[in-house]
This record gives sequence, C-alpha cells and structure tokens, in this order.
Amino acid sequence: MSAEPRLLEVRKNVLKQNDVVARALRERFRSQGTFVVSLVSSPGAGKTAFLEKTLTLMRQNYRVAALVGDLATENDAIRLARSQAPVKQITTGTLCHLEAVMIDRALDGWDIGQLDFLFIENVGNLVCPSSYDLGENLRLVLLSVTEGEDKPLKYPTIFNSADIAVITKMDLAEAVEFDEESVKANIQAVRPGMRHFAVSAKTGGGIQEYMQFLTDRLAEHAPKHTAARA
Amino acid sequence: MHELSIAMSIIDMAVDEAERRRVTIDAVHLELGPLSGVVAEALRFSYEIACKGTSLEGSRLVIREVQIEVYCPTCNAQKTLRSMQWFCCPDCGAPTSDIIHGRELVISALEVGDERRTAPVGST
Repeated sequence: MSAEPRLLEVRKNVLKQNDVVARALRERFRSQGTFVVSLVSSPGAGKTAFLEKTLTLMRQNYRVAALVGDLATENDAIRLARSQAPVKQITTGTLCHLEAVMIDRALDGWDIGQLDFLFIENVGNLVCPSSYDLGENLRLVLLSVTEGEDKPLKYPTIFNSADIAVITKMDLAEAVEFDEESVKANIQAVRPGMRHFAVSAKTGGGIQEYMQFLTDRLAEHAPKHTAARA
Repeated sequence: MHELSIAMSIIDMAVDEAERRRVTIDAVHLELGPLSGVVAEALRFSYEIACKGTSLEGSRLVIREVQIEVYCPTCNAQKTLRSMQWFCCPDCGAPTSDIIHGRELVISALEVGDERRTAPVGST
C-alpha cells in the first residue's frame, strides 16, 4: 500500500461515446448515399420556417426527410409535415441539445437508403449543440436579421463548429436596418472562409442558391447515386 | 447548460477506470479547450453535485484550460490565438481556420490515493 498520491496518465475523450456513435452514423450515411444536414440556431431564428420551405421545394426533385428536436412540443414536426416529407419528432425533455444516440434511435425503422437528403433540426440553442457530433455531413448555423450583427462574435464556438452560415428573415432586413456587410465581417472573424447564404423563407429569396449548393454537395457525396437518378 | 451531463460522463469514465485499476481517485485532471463548448465554472459546480453518492464523492476536478492553437499557412507555424473573436495569426494577421488545439474535452490523468493491491491488477 502506498499513501503517496500519484498521477495516472489516462487521456480519454469525455465525449468518446457520442463520437463513436456519430462516426458509425456518418459511415452509414456515406454508404447509403444520403447527405445529412443539421441546423442549429438560437430559439426563434426561423429554423422551422426555413426547413419547411427547403423540404417543400426539394421534395419536387429529391427524396427528403427530417428529424426535429424539441424540448417539449411536437409543434415543429406538425409544421414540417405540411411539406409532405416524412418527419419525425425527437422530444428531448430537459436536454438542451441532440446527441448522436438520439439520431440513431430516431432512424430506427427508416430506410435511409431511400433518402437523398436528411435534415436534422437541433433544439434552439447556440451553446450546447456545438459539443455534439451528430454524424452530419454539413452543419448550418442560422441567424436572423433581427438578432443583431454581432451574434457570431458572441457565440464563436458554435460558428466555429458549423460549416455554413444562413442569414434568415431577409424580408425584414430593411425594416430592422440590417447590416449584412457587418455580419459577413463578423462571420469571417470567427470562421475565416465560411460561406453564407442570405435567405427569406417567406419570399423564397436566396433559397434557390442554397439548394443548388446542397445538390452540388450531394453529387460530390454520392456521385453514382445522383448519376443514376439524373 | 449541458455541463451536468458532461460531469456525469466524466465521473462514469473515472469510476470505470478506478475499478479497472483498483485504485481510489482523489482528483480528475481535465484538459478543456475554449472551443469545446463547455464552461469551466459550470462544470466545476456540476461535478461536485454529480459526484454525490458515487465512489468519487469528495474528489476534486482539476481543470487545465487549453489555449486555441492554430496553424498559420503564411508563417508555416503553429500560433496561439489571442482572441476567440479573431481567427487570425497573431503575428502576420493571416486568417486561418486550421485549429490544432482548443476543442479538448479530455480526461488527461487521475490522481490516485491508496492503491488496493490485495487482488492482482488486470493488464491494461
């Protein structure tokens, strides 16, 4: 017996469990040729409206579905179901974010191979979702024109974990004297090289450009798959 | 606030490790990067609560906050970022998103007290 305290080297990633599930999901999506996009934003940034518009338009040419995380209600799933795309609600209860295992569970019974795009709407929160890999191929961070141009500077971690920024509610830009150049500069400050789209789910402005981007990415992700469908 | 669930994961992993190595744990050493999305103060607070009733009750959480290190393509060198709001090389000002350190959420070491050598220690 030794009474001397001593250090044991360990080196264990605390989120290893989540990362293992996320990696398996990503591999599954890759082998099935499904391109997976997750959406994160603060509550009220317009994720659901933007996603509803995306699903409605993309459904015309692609097989799309969505998973939507919410603390308590199924309201978002009901709204998204209006697009006629398959939608499943993940009720997180008190949990402020989605984890990979929840995605895995929610996909139970779904034939992923039948999908070109799967969208995952995270719980409205700009802090916690940044830590959790969901196995997605692309993470979008949304911010609306009403939130203030300095949002990227206030939440650099989530902007850093995302691949693309989407500025929503552009139809209100003039009314709130939104300064797009300033937001662009702030996005570039926390995530140099990050691409952004400025959209309005209400008018459809900017959505085509965004959808073109997604379909280009699908073609890279699953070349055979898309060639067969063309 | 997801620090409580993070704290519980840390404790689960440490308890497993302690049982496997047949030791008691006085402290868990953690490396924490600013880009991990976890707040040190909230984690310390959560750790204390989450430890209650486990074999780690009364143990300490020692957090080493890691700085953000990026690769600057212009200087061809690893640099320490000055601010999370400005992902640029501190020396030449070139923008960079090439992060080397800063996302850590890693148990680096366990501080163990008495070692129970009554039973053979399993091979690692």
